[in-house]
Amino acid sequence: MDFDFSDEQRMLKDSVEQLITDRYDFEQRKKYMKEEAGYSRVQWAQYAEMGLLGLPFEERYGGVGGGPVETMIVMEAFGRGLVLEPYLATVVLGGGLVNLGGDDAQRAAILPKIADGSLLLAFAHSEAQSRYDLADIATTARRDADGWILDGEKNFVAHGNCADKLLVSARISGDRNSRDGIGLFLVDAKTKGVSRKNYETQDGLRAAQIRLSGVKVSSNDTIGDPGKALPLIERVAGNALAAVAAEAVGAMAAAHDITMEYLRTRKQFGVAIGSFQVLQHRAVDILVNLEQARSMALYATMMVNDPDPAERSKAISAATVQIRRSGKFIGQQVVQLHGGIGMTLEYKIGHYFKRLTAMESLLGDTDHHLAALARAGGLIAANA
Amino acid sequence: MDLRYTPEENKFRDEVRAFFRTAQPAHIRRKMELGQRLAKDDIVTWQRILNAKGWAVPSWPVEWGGTGWGPVKTYIFKEEMQLAPAPDPLSFNVSMVGPVLIAFGTEAQKRHFLPPVANLDYWFCQGFSEPGAGSDLASLRTSARLEGNEYVVNGQKIWTSRAHHADWMFCLVRTGTDAKLQRGISYLLIDTKTPGLTIRPIPTIDGEHHFNEVFFDNVRVPAENLVGEENKGWGYAKYLLGHERVGIARVGASKYRLQRAKALAADVMVGDIPLAQTERFCEKVAAIEVELKALEITQMRVVANAVNLPPGAPDPTSSILKLKGTELQQATTEILMEVAGANAMIRQQEHLWGTATEPSIGPEWTTTTAADYFYTRAASIYGGSNEIQKNVIAKRILGL
Repeated sequence: MDFDFSDEQRMLKDSVEQLITDRYDFEQRKKYMKEEAGYSRVQWAQYAEMGLLGLPFEERYGGVGGGPVETMIVMEAFGRGLVLEPYLATVVLGGGLVNLGGDDAQRAAILPKIADGSLLLAFAHSEAQSRYDLADIATTARRDADGWILDGEKNFVAHGNCADKLLVSARISGDRNSRDGIGLFLVDAKTKGVSRKNYETQDGLRAAQIRLSGVKVSSNDTIGDPGKALPLIERVAGNALAAVAAEAVGAMAAAHDITMEYLRTRKQFGVAIGSFQVLQHRAVDILVNLEQARSMALYATMMVNDPDPAERSKAISAATVQIRRSGKFIGQQVVQLHGGIGMTLEYKIGHYFKRLTAMESLLGDTDHHLAALARAGGLIAANA
Repeated sequence: MDLRYTPEENKFRDEVRAFFRTAQPAHIRRKMELGQRLAKDDIVTWQRILNAKGWAVPSWPVEWGGTGWGPVKTYIFKEEMQLAPAPDPLSFNVSMVGPVLIAFGTEAQKRHFLPPVANLDYWFCQGFSEPGAGSDLASLRTSARLEGNEYVVNGQKIWTSRAHHADWMFCLVRTGTDAKLQRGISYLLIDTKTPGLTIRPIPTIDGEHHFNEVFFDNVRVPAENLVGEENKGWGYAKYLLGHERVGIARVGASKYRLQRAKALAADVMVGDIPLAQTERFCEKVAAIEVELKALEITQMRVVANAVNLPPGAPDPTSSILKLKGTELQQATTEILMEVAGANAMIRQQEHLWGTATEPSIGPEWTTTTAADYFYTRAASIYGGSNEIQKNVIAKRILGL
């Protein structure tokens, strides 16, 4: 049983944290948000140079051969900095799908370009009716002479606005909710028939609704076995949930630190408000929620490659429940403890609240994951 | 970074599990499974079995009977004991007076007390709280006046757990008049049979007798029963707050209750579905399991980090263990109450003690549920109330 980082992991942590400290304070972040794509291209290039974009990929694809712990380290630092760049969409989701589901040719074509910063991806999966059911897919894929034709609408495509290529899930066969019959397709965003409605999200990031009208995709651009993509999607969604758990912990930790400092320094009635017992107890509640969330982010990270899919899935759902509950509590309370300034756009703390809020509906909310965990029998077996 | 135990640790866990399965007397095991109350004899018997195995005081130095296991194995041992389920060794002996004597006692005191303490030949109780000194323990007023080679003790202690079973008491007494109250307190060992010492039971809402008031009327205590230096007793009591706090979360005990709740709920019908299959029950239990798993990992982090701290230094994260651990103990007793339904409210005290001669009204297991639930309300009150814990965390960790 060992919670220590290796020397290399420690170095990775130090260097990413230093980068955020140096280049991602609140003022710098405001500037990046105003760039055309909504994030800093210079930062993205910097991540490439540091090997962060190739982190989970094998060295022969230009990567670093990192595992879930490395991703956790980077995501936590990004969470602290409220980073805007499309890391989750490009590296964890898009890159993850190609890495785990693609053949050698596809990996060789795509992964090095992610690693060097020249290619951006997004995962177009959710639909208006699907809520959080990963199997609920109405977008269709029909066979034609050279490959497939895709028709449908995808919602909530994180960083879909700037993606060069889209990973699009579409139904080849079966009913709308059938687990079988879902395909995964690599679509160039400039393909005829792809139209994007880009938007800003409440937490300062970017996303898109994407319509596909008769979009032609070559057979070479199907990822994995056509019709059998759901297990791959579920696997990568699980990896993404573990990554977002770490990002959430980073955001919670930073929000906690800022708030404690505020309680120690803000004076009213002649004393620091942190001397008031009610606020002290609230601060402790925040700390307890943070530590519990941190523990479950570690748990998710360590279970992400567990060989038993059922255990893996339960662990990730359990972690998600804790992260979301802690995130909601901490997000709300750090605003409360700051009083009026917690409500302003120009102060950082409200932005942590908004980021944590955005995470609540990502790849399933608390109730969804709690129900999934309960249906799967929970974490503890009955024992007479 | 790895959550899993090493093969050696797994082997140890299996060894410990097997021991608890085979070495626990059947009648004690049955009482534990049904949640029945243990008699003094049961607790003594079990501790002596552990001591014969060399496992009664694992965290003590090896020279005094410790095992030298290190934090991970100690953690495994405690969890397996709670999951067996087997009784805990007497905490007043093993986790309180023992470590204080080891750290601050004289060689003569250690030689005299430690072996019988480990073997439960001496049963110790804790004389700390007073009617006027609970959370504000430093304001205690029981006094000890040195006369020649004896301390004369006058005053009153309250909430003294199992004083009625005890041979000895470790007692915080006022010996100094310093304006800073903590600086006038001494740590004294008192034989409960000493003339002038009277014990009076305090029945609690679970219908049981755990706690007592203890009155001191010119109780004469040999001066050599002072532990450490006069007026330094507060520090010795505080030393325990940094010592062995990991076990206070009782994750294993809460886990065991959830296992039981799920199994028992399979036999409770709600219409034509077992309670264990209703959505509401499953989600409620799953939510507690999530918090318990998080606490388990937090506990493992504290254990894993123990090797990085100077010996005896408290890990701030362990404060969370008491807070969250007691909340979850309470949540799990609540779930069992819900499973038991109205049966829990039938008062059948003989079944609680395992001395009944007639079958129970309602399922046997429901006869102990309410007592557990009522008694476990104390978990957030004792050991430093949860509100005090929050004050301490706010001050010591958050710097507020």
